[in-house]
Amino acid sequence: MSETILKVENVTMQFGGVVAVDNLNLEINKGEIVALIGPNGAGKTTAFNVVTGVYQPTNGAVWFQGEKIIENHPQGKMKSQYKGQHAGEYAHVLAPTPDKVTRLGMARTFQNIRLWKSQTVFDNVLIAKHCRTTSNVFSATFRLNRKEEAAQRANVQELLETVGLADVKDELATSLPYGKQRRLEIARALAAEPQLLLLDEPAAGMNPQETEELTAFIGDIRDRFHLTVFLIEHHMNLVMNISERIYVLDFGKTIAHGTPAEIQSNKRVIDAYLGVTEDA
Amino acid sequence: MKKQNQNLVFLAVLLVVILGASIAVDAALPSYHIAIKVIKKATVYALVAVSMNLLNGFTGLFSLGQAGFMLLGAFSYGVLTIPVDKRAGVYQYFDGGAIKFSLPEVFAGFLGDSLGSVVGMLAALLVGGLLAALMAWLIGLPVLRLKSDYLAIATLGFAEILRAFFQWNALGPITNGSNLLKSYPDFAHATSYIILAGALVALILLLINSTYGRAFKAIRDDEVAAEAMGINLAKHKRMAFIISSFFAGVGGGMLAMYNGTIAAASFKSTMTYEILLIVVIGGIGSISGSIIASFLYIFSSEWLLRGLDSGVFLGIEAPGVFKNGFRMAVFSVIIMVIVLFFRKGLMGDKELPDLLRLRSRRKEAPSK
Ligand SMILES: Nc1ncnc2c1ncn2[C@@H]1O[C@H](COP(=O)(O)OP(=O)(O)OP(=O)(O)O)[C@@H](O)[C@H]1O
Ligand SMILES: [Mg+2]
Repeated sequence: MSETILKVENVTMQFGGVVAVDNLNLEINKGEIVALIGPNGAGKTTAFNVVTGVYQPTNGAVWFQGEKIIENHPQGKMKSQYKGQHAGEYAHVLAPTPDKVTRLGMARTFQNIRLWKSQTVFDNVLIAKHCRTTSNVFSATFRLNRKEEAAQRANVQELLETVGLADVKDELATSLPYGKQRRLEIARALAAEPQLLLLDEPAAGMNPQETEELTAFIGDIRDRFHLTVFLIEHHMNLVMNISERIYVLDFGKTIAHGTPAEIQSNKRVIDAYLGVTEDA
Repeated sequence: MKKQNQNLVFLAVLLVVILGASIAVDAALPSYHIAIKVIKKATVYALVAVSMNLLNGFTGLFSLGQAGFMLLGAFSYGVLTIPVDKRAGVYQYFDGGAIKFSLPEVFAGFLGDSLGSVVGMLAALLVGGLLAALMAWLIGLPVLRLKSDYLAIATLGFAEILRAFFQWNALGPITNGSNLLKSYPDFAHATSYIILAGALVALILLLINSTYGRAFKAIRDDEVAAEAMGINLAKHKRMAFIISSFFAGVGGGMLAMYNGTIAAASFKSTMTYEILLIVVIGGIGSISGSIIASFLYIFSSEWLLRGLDSGVFLGIEAPGVFKNGFRMAVFSVIIMVIVLFFRKGLMGDKELPDLLRLRSRRKEAPSK
């Protein structure tokens, strides 16, 4: 029996009158690679933002590693504006900040790369280790944490070697070519020691060759770091190659979910999405 | 050589040179000489500018409360160090004041006169820093939620309120109301200032290069990414605010020492702007830049350009032109030129050792 690591339960995200995510329900098992696909504006990134604590959902709950970490119900003005389902089923409010969610064991990358511009490749990854630091500001300032610092640096070095960025570790992060920046963002997320890795369009802007490398790379790190991977992607080759299961969003609604084979032959998905991307 | 070791060697050499020079200056000149005055003031401003840079340059929080925190430090220093037998005179309108002890005298009681008074003075500076830090802790929670300009306005307002509060007569037994605090001790030697401020700046450097400093820089570069990578924004911003305020408080105490008198009225927003100017001229995000800029700034405003206000400048006698106010006019032009031609300040976000490394790398390059 596989164990559920992430469960999104009846999540609706409504911005004013716009329902960006409409009653999303999904479950991801430990060790799986699951993809979230759908046309532009379908609500994929919004779903990530809800799961990672960036947005507070309008209604619904998120469970992580068997624990309810996020919950909300329509409040204030939203009470009368709410267009989604399951109104009145949730009574509590659980709204952790994104940093807290990350420390619980999730880490993400961004659709628009968000590296720390003035920092080197090495420091970008090292900074992500900060959330695992046990020393306080005094022991860190007075260098009483040498052991921990050294361990973190060694760990970052190892990580950079694993992802193939060790040779550029002293370069500024933003001086790297695009493909390497994406890879660096993944390395940075890994440094936060997640169980669940969320990748928002990791292959965006990559050529077919780079995309193929990335596909292998994602499988690799999943095995090496015992990860579960949840990814958003428009490159269908990548998605169909590595995902065990796929969820399809359209206008915020889940229109299908299943194995790659099931999704590829799903009439609704072809109409709403796949038909479009193939000639795009 | 590794970068880390290079920096250490560089710092060690710099330290020896500066200390040697200041000891020589102290030995050669009387303590009222303008050179000593300039070194002392520039050292204090360097400390305060670095503390401001920690917040504005390294954490990306645009705060303008510096004068307020300096005021807290200055008053703490004065109130705690005025000798007991001078208090009747200083607090003449307030019955000799509410506080009946003096830290240097208290410590002199069991450490001996010379050591005790130094320890007492340092303790008073420390109390000032802690008080400023406490204040930052209190106002940090509401104020740091505000974004950029609003944060600047709120902190500026806080400093102004504090200044008015300290002039309030009801607090007279402690603050002496709108009268001066004076007759408290000072370090006679510029070297003492340099050692003290140098040690504090070294602490800030250590902090900036620690895991917490790196987290501050991540917040500055991209707050969303920092939060996504597990950095608690509220906690770290507040931490930077408190630490920066602590050093501003100690700096305020040292400024009081240097001035010889304390009046709440002098801790105006102009003081904050002056320090901001130093930070900008030196380079936002450069510690060595702040230090160099504060020496240049104080040296030219207090000494080099003095003559522009008093009739004779560079041997030219022109009392008609070189009169009160002309110095500030010339000074403003110089600052505008610097800001125009060095967009990112003198140092950008580089430090001195970085620049030396760049030069040596350039020299190596053609031979390859
Ligand atoms: N903060 C916000 N405020 C208002 N509307 C928003 C907000 N964030 C997202 N939306 C809206 O939600 C909808 C879904 O956006 P989202 O970014 O999640 O799409 P996506 O599936 O990630 O698309 P893409 O493939 O282009 O990245 C869009 O209509 C968008 O305009
Ligand atoms: Mg998106």
